[in-house]
Amino acid sequence: MDAKELIARRVAREIRTGMLVNLGIGLPSLVANYVPATLGVFFQAENGVIGLGMRPPEGMEDPHLTDAGGGFVSAVPGAASIDSAMSFGLIRGGHLDMTVLGGLQVDEAGHLANWKVPGKMVPGMGGAMDLVTGAARVIVAMQHAARGQSKIVPRCSLPLTARRRVDLVVTDLAVIEPGEGGLVLRERAPGVTVDDIRAATEAALVVPDAVPEMELA
Amino acid sequence: MKGVLRPEAAAELIPDGASLMIGGFMAVGTPERMIDALVARAPRGLTIIANDTAMPGKGIGKLVSAGLVARVVTSHIGLNPETQAKMIAGEIAVELVPQGTLVERIRAGGMGLGGVLTPTGLSTEVEEGKQVVEVDGKPFLLEKPLTADFALLAAWQADYVGNLSYLLTAHNFNPVMALAGRTVIAEPEAIVPVGVIAPDAVKTPGVLVDHLLIRAGC
Repeated sequence: MDAKELIARRVAREIRTGMLVNLGIGLPSLVANYVPATLGVFFQAENGVIGLGMRPPEGMEDPHLTDAGGGFVSAVPGAASIDSAMSFGLIRGGHLDMTVLGGLQVDEAGHLANWKVPGKMVPGMGGAMDLVTGAARVIVAMQHAARGQSKIVPRCSLPLTARRRVDLVVTDLAVIEPGEGGLVLRERAPGVTVDDIRAATEAALVVPDAVPEMELA
Repeated sequence: MKGVLRPEAAAELIPDGASLMIGGFMAVGTPERMIDALVARAPRGLTIIANDTAMPGKGIGKLVSAGLVARVVTSHIGLNPETQAKMIAGEIAVELVPQGTLVERIRAGGMGLGGVLTPTGLSTEVEEGKQVVEVDGKPFLLEKPLTADFALLAAWQADYVGNLSYLLTAHNFNPVMALAGRTVIAEPEAIVPVGVIAPDAVKTPGVLVDHLLIRAGC
């Protein structure tokens, strides 16, 4: 199993019956593959649909029905199409149960940076600032390190996405829960030790007596 | 509603230096025929207010590639490397705005409000230079309204009085921008008799629409 699949399958276990969930582009979007249809979850795409469905059969794509990355999608029974004001009203107004986003850095205060690398990459924040500010639960799904550098750091050096503390960070090595007292190591990836995680993490971790192995969807 | 125009005639209305709100999200729900006519006419120094600048060769990306854009107010330019390159070269001024804030600033402009108070952007770069207002002990950023000389909309159906309906994810910014442009030009895919769009299905009342583009192929 590759790192992305592992992360997606662990995040999928956070999703509960009947939730309204927004999945970011890229890695977070893979989470939908591991959420059983029987849970009755609605996925929102911020460009304007509640009830995002799988990619349509070849030749059945409709240019009026895409996800937030511009990819062709379908809609599930019970879906609703909405304009951008309603879409962000849901997000900012606390009506979205969960958002799953990618990250560039998360720090010991639980702050996320994920929209800008000054001088290198300035794509714009899109909906990320509203999602992190307004969603009931914010999950960051990302690789633990990039180019050998820990993405979990004492203090974000990149511009923050929001002042809000994220609720959970799921990486290919660990599940980490930011809280008042810092970053708590909750789970280990299969075959990974607490020492491995400590060695790969620049930030200080609070390590409870028991750190069980992740269970995957 | 003043009537139907060919795209070339609609583009004639738009002078150098005009500000344009343009509907669409990654070119879904963007008035492509209107944009093609603008590229052909080539007014200079445009300000574009839109969710994103699409990608080269699609939607707003065509205006960027043609060098017609001086300023953009938008939430995302990540899929258009030309916008990023022109921003770095100093050819285009880009104001990045969180997407939910952008749509609310447009809504405020169109609905006669003095701005909106939002928690989005607090303690980030977005806060710089803005007033923080406390309401019942909670801080919010004051975000000011946006209006434009023109709103260029894409719709699914229009009827003879300019009522508009939209399909699926092609709504996005269109219904909100319909109130915030001083002149509103809508490009429908179909024009149908009055009554075909039921009153409850009208998302943009025709009273807001100044001009419809003639159907493609007419």
